[in-house]
Amino acid sequence: MHPARDQEERSMKLVFDRPRCLKDVPFHFCPGCHHGIIHRLVAEAIDYYDMRENTIGVASVGCSVFMYSYFNVDVVEAPHGRASAVATGVKRVHPDKIVFTIQGDGDLAAIGTAEIIHTANRGENITVIFVNNTTYGMTGGQMAPTTLLGQITTTTPYGREFSQDGYPIRMSEMLATLEGSAYVARVAVDKPAHLMKAKKAIREAFRMQRDGMGFSFVEVLSACPTDWKMTPLEACARIENEMIPYFPLGVFKERKMPDHL
Amino acid sequence: MGIGTRDLVKGNEAVAMGALDAGCRYYFGYPITPQNEIPEYLSVHLPKVGGVFIQAESEIASINMLLGAAAAGARAMTSSSSPGISLKQEGISYLAGSELPGVIVNMSRSSPGLGGISASQGDYWQAVKGGGHGDYHLIVLAPDSVQELYDLTMKAFDLADAYRNPALLLGDAVLGQMKEPLERKGAPYKDLPPKPWAMTGCKGREPNVIKSLYLGEGELERHIWKLHAKYERMKQEIVMWEQREIDDAELIVVAFGTAARIAKTAVRDARKEGLRVGLLRPITLFPFPEKPLQKASERTRTFLVVEMNTGQMVEDVRLCVGRNADVCFHGRPCGAGSLPKAGEILEKIRSLY
Amino acid sequence: MAKIDIEQERCKGCRLCVSVCPKKIIVIGSSFNQKGYSFPVMTDEVQCTGCALCAEMCPDICIRVWR
Repeated sequence: MHPARDQEERSMKLVFDRPRCLKDVPFHFCPGCHHGIIHRLVAEAIDYYDMRENTIGVASVGCSVFMYSYFNVDVVEAPHGRASAVATGVKRVHPDKIVFTIQGDGDLAAIGTAEIIHTANRGENITVIFVNNTTYGMTGGQMAPTTLLGQITTTTPYGREFSQDGYPIRMSEMLATLEGSAYVARVAVDKPAHLMKAKKAIREAFRMQRDGMGFSFVEVLSACPTDWKMTPLEACARIENEMIPYFPLGVFKERKMPDHL
Repeated sequence: MGIGTRDLVKGNEAVAMGALDAGCRYYFGYPITPQNEIPEYLSVHLPKVGGVFIQAESEIASINMLLGAAAAGARAMTSSSSPGISLKQEGISYLAGSELPGVIVNMSRSSPGLGGISASQGDYWQAVKGGGHGDYHLIVLAPDSVQELYDLTMKAFDLADAYRNPALLLGDAVLGQMKEPLERKGAPYKDLPPKPWAMTGCKGREPNVIKSLYLGEGELERHIWKLHAKYERMKQEIVMWEQREIDDAELIVVAFGTAARIAKTAVRDARKEGLRVGLLRPITLFPFPEKPLQKASERTRTFLVVEMNTGQMVEDVRLCVGRNADVCFHGRPCGAGSLPKAGEILEKIRSLY
Repeated sequence: MAKIDIEQERCKGCRLCVSVCPKKIIVIGSSFNQKGYSFPVMTDEVQCTGCALCAEMCPDICIRVWR
């Protein structure tokens, strides 16, 4: 018993805990997968603006498919690649609600390319979180549109070659060129300095939606230790050393006023 | 032209009017011949009633927007024609698996592939037997006039909501492009059914989940049997058909949609010649009018199925009739200049009588 | 003064928390949880400043922080 210390302990406040917007269930993600961090940052943003009861999530297909098991909000499941179209339908019926998607490289940048471009182009007032880990995670590590040149995947066993499969796609830069995009940012969660910026960007994306600014999009460079065949720490290093040079971090578009004003 | 009026109306526009009068306020579509008047009409009239019209980037995007709107609790519709309906199949399967109401309109053209733009009934199998993956059925309604295009579109919304299942209106290019008198009666007044399962924000309740993924042990099987039970109830509750002069008929013509219109002329002419011929026209293709056909086959020994394809619904007629009667077929799969004529149907009737 | 609490059974042994602790006072322990992962422990609680970087980096939200 140490009275002074006990008193100090009693005066301590809980400064970090699971966000209310996340159910208290374990994540199914692999060890070191950044999906868990990203889910938490999204939940924190929704809680920050006290939006939980007004939020509707749209689940995509991939490792992000179990969104409805984790987020304490209404969630509707979309077919592969179509989450932004489903989100468009939801938002047009409920323009006052916050609608968001979490999509991976295949879902958004391969099969969903038409949908994401046109959703952004129409300026749909939704928030899309794009998890870029340069691979198809759920299906075992095939090439993604974001796979880097030379990267070995289960369908590029000799390394991605541009003559065969083209170059990796930079979705943020592409979507930033569309007038309908209000906020487009690329962040990473491989280390604390980057994570804090990611937290800010995700929060800003939801604020943009709340304020009716238009389409908000945050691309998060993430690790897939299992398919990259690396440890979680090695995977973080790959983001820093290999991914960021090709996919630079930053804010590519930030509207200051809504379109309609 | 408002509710309560009577006017000469194009088939496609009758569909659009039916949707509006049924309380549909969300339409998502993509241009494709021969149904473009549907999105064009709705692009004018939906904004006038505070509705939403989106010309989407593809038929795939539009079926998925419908999924979102239906999940959000709204009455929503999409329309297309044969190749575009092929694109929608995945979304339709998701609608059925997620138990979402939604109306899909197929103004069929000729297929397979790019085919042609004139009418056919080559999408019967696609509509009735699947088209999308998995164990599900669509409620399928087959109008044969502009009036029915209007009436059955409204019915489609009601049935879709009643059973939480997507409904498909199977028309064709002839019906869509023709003009006939339409009595715009409006929907009988009723409140839309409550949808406590919808995406509306979870204030004051547990969050809702709308999905079709069931990975737990035994979960998916239970879910599919639950859907199956719905389809069995439909077979008891919502079968619709038209029958003309079948009670004393020696030969019954079975046809739907435009083929039935043409067959009606042949049947009338056959009767003039003293032939005892009747017509049975399925209006719900799913659920199929099995019982009326079985009952008719207890007395009538010859059935002639007339379709604008090479033989699709005829298989279902054969299944219903079994060994009771002979089921014959006359078909023209279509393309320009290839609609069946009343005269050729009459000749076939004579040869079989 | 600060402290953390690590939910050992949810830990997947990814070691991201270990790598980001500025005081280097989180280490992988010698025990395993039910799933077979070796989870981290704090070596010197007195040095903890409650910066919460470990909690921020944890993909499984295993760590709570008091300050």
